[in-house]
Amino acid sequence: MNHPPPVSLAMIYALFFRIGLFSFGGQLSSWIHREVVLVRGWMTNDEFLSGMALSQILPGVNSTNTAIFVGQRLRGGWGATAAIVAMLSGPFFAAILAAIFYKWIIGWEATQSIMEGVAAVALGMLARLGITAGRGAAKGVTPAVAMLATFIGVGVMRWPMLGVVAVIAPISVIVCYLQGRGHEG
Amino acid sequence: MKDENIYLALVTILAPLSIAAIGGATGIYAPLQHETVELRQWMTSREFIDLFAISRLAPGPGSMLAPIIGWNVAGFGGALLATVALYLPSSLLCFGAARVWNRYRGTPWHRAIEAGLSPVAAGLIFSGILGLLRLGQTGPLSWFTVVLVAGLLMWRPKLHPLLLIGCGALAFFLLHVVAP
Repeated sequence: MNHPPPVSLAMIYALFFRIGLFSFGGQLSSWIHREVVLVRGWMTNDEFLSGMALSQILPGVNSTNTAIFVGQRLRGGWGATAAIVAMLSGPFFAAILAAIFYKWIIGWEATQSIMEGVAAVALGMLARLGITAGRGAAKGVTPAVAMLATFIGVGVMRWPMLGVVAVIAPISVIVCYLQGRGHEG
Repeated sequence: MKDENIYLALVTILAPLSIAAIGGATGIYAPLQHETVELRQWMTSREFIDLFAISRLAPGPGSMLAPIIGWNVAGFGGALLATVALYLPSSLLCFGAARVWNRYRGTPWHRAIEAGLSPVAAGLIFSGILGLLRLGQTGPLSWFTVVLVAGLLMWRPKLHPLLLIGCGALAFFLLHVVAP
C-alpha cells in the first residue's frame, strides 16, 4: 500500500465539499475518517490516524489540517488545495447566511435544544472513531500503553498536549521501530 | 466604523492566532473576544457571545466564527479575508509537514512513526471527548445519545451521518415541544 488508489481532484473536491457543508455539530475528523477510510478505502486506518495525530500537534484547526493531510497524500499540492478550499467554501457561505439571520435564529426557543441534539450525535460519531482507534491500539502492549498514557496525561491530568505528546510519541515510535512492526492495521 | 484599516486589523488579529492555535479552534475564542470586544470595540460582549452561538450552529469546522466576525465588521470582503487569514498560515505549515511526511513513505522509520502515532491519536480523541464531558453543559439525554450513536455506528459503520444528525435534531426538538 505504498501508492494511494488513483483519486481525481474532482473526487477530492466533491467529497470535502459535502463533508464541509453537511457536518453539523462539528467533529469533522470522524466524518473524514468515515468517508476516506471506511467507505472509500483511500487510506488505511493507521495512515489516517497518524495523519490525524500530526494534525492535532500542528497549529491550526484539527479537521482542516486532516483534510490537507489527506489531500496531500492522495494528489499532492493540488489535492491539498482542493480538499481545504472544498471543505471551507460550503461552511463559509453557510456562516454568512447564519450571520445575516442570526437574530431570528437566536430568538427561536427550540434552537438551543436542536443544537444540543446535533452536538450529541456529532460527539457520538467522534466516540465511534475513538473506539475504532482504540481497538487498533489494543492489538499490542506498546500501543495500548501509549494510548492510555496519552489519555491520562492530556485527558485526565490536563497537562499541556504538546508536552505529553513530545514525551510519549518518540518512545512509542522507537519501540515500534525496534519491534519492526509495519502497518498491518 | 468602517475605515481602510479594518481589513488590515482583521489580518493582524487572525493570522497570528492561526499559528498560535495549537490543539484546535477552542484556543482562539478568548484572544478573539479580547481583540474584537475589549481592544477594538467592534461589538459588545453580548454580540460576541451571540455570534459565537451562531458559528456553532453552522456546519463545518468550529472556527467559522472568523468569517462571521469578518462579515459583521467589514462585509463580504471582511469575511473572506478573515477566513484566509485564519486558515492560510497553519495550512501552509501543515502542508509542508504532510509533504515531508509522505515523501518518506515506505521507509522503516516512516512505518514506525505511523504505527507509533496511531495510539497517540486514539488517546487524544478520548481526551477530547472527556474534555467536552467536563464542560458539563450536556445533560444525561445528550450522553445517552452519544452512547446510542456510537453503538449504532459500531454495528452499522456506513450508516449515513446526516440521517443520524437529522434524527438527533428531530428527537431533541420534539422533546423540547413536549417537555420544554
